[in-house]
Formats: sequence, C-alpha cells, structure tokens
Amino acid sequence: MPNGPNQLQSKIVADALNSAIPGIIKNITDDYVEVEVQQLEECLRWLRDSEEFDAAQLSNLCGIDYHDYFMVVYHLQSLDLNHQIVIKVRTQDHSDPTIPSAVPVYKGALLQERETYDLMGIKFENHPDMRRLFLWDGFPGHPLRKDFLGIGNGRTSGLNRFPFENESDPVRVINQDNRVDDDNSQESPSSWGGA
Amino acid sequence: MTTSEPYVLNIGPQHPSTHGVFRIRVVMDGEKIQDIDMIVGYLHRSMEKLAEERTYTQNIPFTDRADYLAAMSGNLGLCLAAERLAAVEVPDRASHLRVIFAELQRIASHAMANGTLVSDAGAWQTPLLYMFREREKILDLFEMTCGARLTTNYMRIGGVAFEPPPEFWPALGELVDELPERIDEYAQLVQENEIFVARTRNVGIISPEDAINGSLVGPALRGSGVPWDLRKTEPYCGYDNFEFEVPVGTVGDVYDRFMVRLEETRQSTRIIQQAIDSISDGPHKTDVPLALRPEPGEVYGRVEGPRGELGFYLVSDGSPAPYRFHIRAPSLINLSLLRDMARGATLSDAVVTLGSIDIVVGEIDR
Repeated sequence: MPNGPNQLQSKIVADALNSAIPGIIKNITDDYVEVEVQQLEECLRWLRDSEEFDAAQLSNLCGIDYHDYFMVVYHLQSLDLNHQIVIKVRTQDHSDPTIPSAVPVYKGALLQERETYDLMGIKFENHPDMRRLFLWDGFPGHPLRKDFLGIGNGRTSGLNRFPFENESDPVRVINQDNRVDDDNSQESPSSWGGA
Repeated sequence: MTTSEPYVLNIGPQHPSTHGVFRIRVVMDGEKIQDIDMIVGYLHRSMEKLAEERTYTQNIPFTDRADYLAAMSGNLGLCLAAERLAAVEVPDRASHLRVIFAELQRIASHAMANGTLVSDAGAWQTPLLYMFREREKILDLFEMTCGARLTTNYMRIGGVAFEPPPEFWPALGELVDELPERIDEYAQLVQENEIFVARTRNVGIISPEDAINGSLVGPALRGSGVPWDLRKTEPYCGYDNFEFEVPVGTVGDVYDRFMVRLEETRQSTRIIQQAIDSISDGPHKTDVPLALRPEPGEVYGRVEGPRGELGFYLVSDGSPAPYRFHIRAPSLINLSLLRDMARGATLSDAVVTLGSIDIVVGEIDR
C-alpha cells in the first residue's frame, strides 16, 4: 500500500468531512478521498481552517487523464501536525472539463492551476488569471491529454514494447510495429500531408 | 503641470538578472512597479508527456535536465518515489552514498544561488567566482564518480549506478575539511558588507502566513521563520540518523533567505562528515528489472531539494511506463507570490527579490 509516510488514513479524513459537510464524499480508497466537485472549495477551506486537520499548505496539484474523465489531485500538508491529506475530484466532462479553483483558499494554486489548464485543458472557475502558462495562446490542444497526437489504430508514439521482454524470442523488439517494409516504402507517409 | 503615466518594461528572455530564459513584463509607474507578469515556457520540453512512454529508469535523465543545478536531488526524488511505488529495498551503503551526493549537490546549488544573488545586488561577478571555487571541486567529484558534472544521471532505482573510485574518498575528505573555513570566508565577504546589507535587509519581506499559503518551500519558506525541512519532518535515506540543524530566518527578507542558504551549506558539511564516518561496506545497489512493472497505484514521493520540496507524483497502471508522471517543481511554485512581492517595490529591489527566491528555469518549464 504505497501511502505517504505521514499520510492520514483516508477513513479518518472522510468521516470528519462527511459530518462537517454532509454528502460530500464520493469515494474512499487507501490512497485518497474523492469529494464532490461542487463542494471542492468548501472542502478545502474546511480542511485548512479545521484545528484537527490544519491543512495549511497545498503542496501539490495536478491532473490525470483517464480517457473518459479527469481526476485532479490535491496533496495538502499540515506543517504543525506534520501530516498529509490527499483529496481528489473527478471532472464531469472530458471535452470541456471545469472545476472550481482552489486559489481563494490557497494562493499556491495560482501557477499550478495555470499549468494544469495549459497542459491538461482543465478550466478552473474563479481563477483570477486563467491563461496558458508554458505554451503560446494559439497552441492547438493540450499535450498531456492521452488523446493528443494519437497515431490512430490504437497505437501511440514512442516505445510500445521493451527490450528482451519476450523470453521465448529474446531479440530487441523496439517499435517493431512501426518498421517500414521495403516493398511499400515511400518517401514520406501520406498521412504526414507532405509532398 | 507635468503628469506621469505607466509604461511597460520588458526584461528578458535573456537577461542576467533572470537567471535563465525567463521573461518578465513589468508595468512601471516611475520607479515603482505597478504590475508584473511572468512569461515562461521558453525551455518547455514536455517532460511529463515524454515520460509517459519511457520506463522509470529511462526517466531518470529527465530529472537531470529539469533542475540542472541540482541533478542529484532530482535523481534522488524520482528514485525514492519509484522505489516506494514498486516496494524496492535500498542497501544501507547506497543510502549513505545518496546522502553524500545530495548534500554535495545542495552546497553546489546554494553556492550558485548565493553567488548570483550577490551579483544581482551589485557586486558584479567577484563573489560569484569565489563561491564557484568549491562548486568546481564538487563538480570534479561528480565527474570522477559518474563522468558528468551537471547532468549526472547517477542514481538508480534500488541504489546508485557506480561505486565511487578510490581517489574519490581522499578528495572528498579534503573538501569537507576545508569547507567550513571557506564558508566563513564567503560570509565575511558579504555578510557585513554595507552595500549588500542595505540592498537586502527589509527588502522583499514575506510573512510566514503568506509563505505557507503561497506554497513556498525550502529556503524561501525557512527564511520567513518556518522550520519546515523534509529531511527532519519526513526523513528519507536515513536522515534521521544524522545530526543537523534547520536554520530559519526572523524577518523573511532577502537577507534572511541568503543567510539560511549560507547556514545550510554548513549543516550539509556536517551531514557529509557524519555520512563518511558511518558508511559501511556492502552492495551499492539492488538489482531491479530493466522494465520495472510496479503494481497499479500511485505515489507522491518528495525530497528536500536545494530549492525545497521536490515532489514526484507517479501513477502506475501496471505497465513498465508511468501512466502519469508529474514533477512538483519548487522553482515554479515559489513564484506564486511574485506579483504580490513585486507590486509597489522598485525595479532594483524586485531583481534582488527574484534572485533570493532562487529559480532554475529548466525546472520551471520542464
């Protein structure tokens, strides 16, 4: 169970949250507590201000693409009590995901949310400055999404297999699928759209 | 009667005070800053996307190139996170070697941070080169161990890549012996320098409450008087067996952040000495499969890098490549308060404040 060394038990956090804000808990696992997206800001504010949890600092915020939906994970840290709380929310939609911003509660979310918007395409409502961070304004798409630059036919760019993986046939099989046969080789594939 | 109106001043992308390819657009009203906007991304290499198609071990070189002034700390952070995800044990000797290299890296990085800060404050290049003297020796130690000076790629999941060569140990001992004296020399050089003190005292003050709420970490947080150091609060690599102190500031100004870094180099020297004394014989790594397949799950591993909490959030789906690979970059997140700090300050103070936050643009952009 790869929990953080000082991570609080999810059940303790979930029980307290549920009694403070009824109906907020969506899911509990060993690793995290998933909360309802509408009540995210309320949840973070309560955890920050509560004496029992004292989640004074937002240490990490990032998004994860699960093809049909996104998860956004918040790693909260109490400096006085030295424990960590992991909260997650799930976005409703994959094409235009929107969740409430954490900036009113944690100023440290300012740049992390801009980064998540830029690379993952998750919009944060009430963020004071919701612009791209690294890429320029006209950049097509959001690169960290799993469907960005898909080659098609279920293949992705990069290494599909790893060397010496097939024990019965121990040859290096890197990108075997992408090998071009001599018979139908061409200067550049037509899918590149070039000459 | 004359009137004034605000004007826009562009600094960077290439400018000595931005410490890399970092651009700031400043709206000035006379001498005072009205608004500041940072424009980053010139070094963006999309590491997190690239990492999703490579094995955990193949991703270690990315951490060298994220924070290129503290490659060892980046290596260590990723390796610890991946080890926790895959439940890999690390031999004792490897942990000691990791501590020695991570602390050497901290001294080298702080030398660079403090040297460039003094440069920003007007002492052009001379103190910087003083501080580079010991940094060079540290980089020589890295070079004799793993062949590289900056992008070391030295640590591996399960230990470190190589045993240091025989000539490493006497050279390290010599360096550790002379370091305290050298650090005193740096301190004398600038600490009581009237110009440096005037430029840094009570400049760029961050209150402890703002620092915590703004997710500041590392010397930027400790300079504001918050004794938060992951080596103490969440010990890894056996840091709980070493005696050292966590220096903190009192005012939270540029001077305090400078002094915290200077004092931390002294503490790092102490840790290295203790690690040399207590290192035992044994293997320097455990064997781990080339295509490591951790169980599906997630982990947020973090280390105290020179710039603070360097975190790696890894999600595994059971395949040899991480499903999600996120670097929590302290250089970027420490800039969350940049606008608040710069508003109302003069341009020269803002430059010194930015220098005291100690950013590395490779880590901001990744």
